[in-house]
Amino acid sequence: MTTTYRDALRQALVDAMEDDDSVILLGEEVGLYGGAYGVTKGLLDRFGETRVIDTPISEPGIVGAAIGAAMTGLRPVAEIMYVDFAGLVMDQLANQAAKSRYMFGGQIGVPMVLRTQGGTGRSAAAQHSQSLEAWMMHVPGLRLAMPGTVSDAYHLLRDALRQPDPVCFIEHKGLYTLKGEIGPEPDAPWGQPAIRRKGTDLTIATYSRMLQEVLKAAEALAPSVEVEVIDLRTLNPLEDEVLMDSVRRTGRCLIVTEAVTTGSVASEIAARVTEQCFDWLEEPPLRLGGEDIPVPVAPALEAASIPDATLIGETARWLVTREAPSWAA
Amino acid sequence: MSRANDAHIARYRTMRRIRTFEERVGELFLKGESAGSMLHLSIGEEAVVGLTDHMRDGDTFTTHHRGHGIFLARGADPARMLAEIGGRGSGYCRGKGGSMHIADRGLGHLGANAIVGGGIPHVVGAGISARNAGSDAVSVAFFGDGAMSQGILYEAKNMAALWKLPVVFCCINNQYGMGTRVDRSAGHRDFPARATAFGLNGARADGAEVEEVFEAAQDVMDGARNGRAGFLEIDAYRFHGHARMDKSPYRSPEEEEEGRQRDPLARARNRIGDDITLDRIDDEAEAEMDKAMEDAIAAAPPDHASMFEDVYAEGTPPPRPQRERLMDILGESA
Repeated sequence: MTTTYRDALRQALVDAMEDDDSVILLGEEVGLYGGAYGVTKGLLDRFGETRVIDTPISEPGIVGAAIGAAMTGLRPVAEIMYVDFAGLVMDQLANQAAKSRYMFGGQIGVPMVLRTQGGTGRSAAAQHSQSLEAWMMHVPGLRLAMPGTVSDAYHLLRDALRQPDPVCFIEHKGLYTLKGEIGPEPDAPWGQPAIRRKGTDLTIATYSRMLQEVLKAAEALAPSVEVEVIDLRTLNPLEDEVLMDSVRRTGRCLIVTEAVTTGSVASEIAARVTEQCFDWLEEPPLRLGGEDIPVPVAPALEAASIPDATLIGETARWLVTREAPSWAA
Repeated sequence: MSRANDAHIARYRTMRRIRTFEERVGELFLKGESAGSMLHLSIGEEAVVGLTDHMRDGDTFTTHHRGHGIFLARGADPARMLAEIGGRGSGYCRGKGGSMHIADRGLGHLGANAIVGGGIPHVVGAGISARNAGSDAVSVAFFGDGAMSQGILYEAKNMAALWKLPVVFCCINNQYGMGTRVDRSAGHRDFPARATAFGLNGARADGAEVEEVFEAAQDVMDGARNGRAGFLEIDAYRFHGHARMDKSPYRSPEEEEEGRQRDPLARARNRIGDDITLDRIDDEAEAEMDKAMEDAIAAAPPDHASMFEDVYAEGTPPPRPQRERLMDILGESA
């Protein structure tokens, strides 16, 4: 049955809450309002206010309360409305949630999910449009999932709610209306990438909304350039053998992200590919990400600040055929 | 002997054990047997026992970085504590946390914290857990006057009051956030007023008088157990420097002399007046803590391999050691 990314997320929450009484939601506007993007609509009526908790605008407090609840037997889903508010919560996230198990010698785990969303596409400007996953990926102890399909919206959230350690679950605001089907099973086990398209000439690694742009570009390039598309799905854990196998077959790797390029997840992937596939590479692993600028509000500038299918296609062709795009001639 | 007096003596005993313990922590450092010098002694703040005496099995708590005494009062084994402070594998946290991150889930200790205010909101979550489970457990956040200037405290107080949680915020005001005296950090020093302004049951007690703390804490803890979140300020004096290396050059000897007159142990001793019993308690505490220190010093350091454990839950792959990665990339078979 066709559904949307938004409805798939809601279904995952409902199913998890039905299965396990210890799952609770807390965050700004998750209850009465139904979630800023409608993900939690109807859940307050269904599960009551002890399990769907509207909070004050207190992001560090929300994450801190979720940590304490997780330490004492609940499985909270804390919602931070925009990933940009990570600046407010990084102490609770990076110093508390991520480190408790380790600092306390394995005694106290923090099985919580931090749901949030990021990315561009709504002219929401510099403080509501960022892709900050590199901040989380840099912290040992934090799991990190970034669904790019409807089926993963459901299955990765269910998987996240089974993890014994804290998971940052970053949705994309541009994907909520994406249509698709929820598969009966996840496309890959938790922690493993999925091959979204087979190809022989070039491997493109990506995740979240950029997956959709990459797939468009790959279709447009075929058959002259056959791109293999790898959806990383989770950035921690990230069992990267699927990606490395692919790069060893194609000899070329392009990493596409929406996040600014410098110090990004793409940089980390490029480093891993370089280390692990050096002898197989025909070209250097190449990053294609957001421009190294804050996200501008003007729709034309916003769109131009991140890669799209056209730029991805041009870059892919350039990398494989050495045929430069018109703007580089 | 009256029952009241028995309780007073029991509180004296706990306070004496805390003080002797902290003295041994200082010695552990001087002997070079502690893990680092970030050791924050709670000498002068022992009257917190007046609050912990109202806690029960099943209650939970978080502490700040100066929390040794609180944990001892809640039943900690001093040998395992000293082993942790010494970075030994037999310590409470397998030598990974140390003085500032001691915890014990079994005793309800959800963790000592080295970020000022960092552990405070966790009691809100523990309060939600207790409420949803229908238990009467209370969760207590212990922190110093320094945390009175952290925003997270006010977020947590508001949530606790809003949701009527079984939560207590206990500020042990030792007058100093590191080297800054409270009159140089707080524009308005009526801390309980800040709590009542949020809808909490706010109180203050003289930290030189453990029985006064006990009485004030009764109402705060009883209220919390019935869903009225509370706040208690224990007005004390930090006898020593911020950490072991700090000789307190920012305060005068006269001030220290006066502050140390506010000694909850000396006051309790005078009030109880039974020197024979109290001398015996002192001797027992000395012997107990000597033995604990001996055991801690004799304990082995942690296994090197344990470094990669506990980042993630058991059963999930641990982080990859650097050398393994290097061998994969550069090794003969690569």
